Amino acid sequence: MLELILFYIFAAIAIVSAILVITQKNVVHSAVFLASTLLSVAGIFLTLHAEFLAGVQVIVYVGGILVLFVFVIMLISLERSVTERQFSRQWTIALITCAALITEFVYGIYRGKDSFLLPPAEAQTAAETLTGNTQIVGKALFTTFLLPFEIASILLLVAIVGAVVLAKRKTQVD
Amino acid sequence: MVATYHYLFLGAALFTIGVIGVLTRRNIMVILMSIELMMNAVNINLIAFSDHLQHVTGQIFAIFVITVAAAEAAVGLGIVIAMFKNKETMNINEIDLMKW
Repeated sequence: MLELILFYIFAAIAIVSAILVITQKNVVHSAVFLASTLLSVAGIFLTLHAEFLAGVQVIVYVGGILVLFVFVIMLISLERSVTERQFSRQWTIALITCAALITEFVYGIYRGKDSFLLPPAEAQTAAETLTGNTQIVGKALFTTFLLPFEIASILLLVAIVGAVVLAKRKTQVD
Repeated sequence: MVATYHYLFLGAALFTIGVIGVLTRRNIMVILMSIELMMNAVNINLIAFSDHLQHVTGQIFAIFVITVAAAEAAVGLGIVIAMFKNKETMNINEIDLMKW
């Protein structure tokens, strides 16, 4: 029961903040509401017994990516960007596409409503349920998924180099 | 115990909000934030199924999604800074150099 209440609180905060992210005119307000969404998604991860992922969400998303966003907002001139046009001129096409997406979701949910209650997974052995979440994730990451883990580190290296090159280079248009 | 479909509904709602943000906003920062929202929706789905099936693979996949999101944010914001240096704008409608 407590889990359900927590889920509804976090889900409500996440959805309301997400709507505010895409409707605010000022980019800084969007960033603040994005932080609120990301933190409540971390709370959702906690209700799903993924404690390690909740920590990673807070550290990487809120502490890393969002700070990067705020730094870039600081670097560009804010006054100019607020006065610019915020919403697309082709909003009819956007509206039709969004309506199609929502219809698709509603239809899919309606068709699958009989299978909402999925069959429960087979019971875990006592040894697996007793160890902590971080331990299980770490073990899987460094044994079964070692190669993807290393490839992810190479991806991050490429991203660092690419970001530095893109932001530093003096480009001339004319 | 919250049933798994609650989380799938939440994921679908967040993903839809992200898509609406990408399609209707013209400010490049807000579009990048909407992409982050969509990646979070995907992560919620992955971890919901990881919890439901009592299998750790979904959480590992979510870690890789977060890694890709970090790389995407770094490169995307680098592009934003380069774009702002050249064009002095955040509006993606004015970035039409390669438009046919």
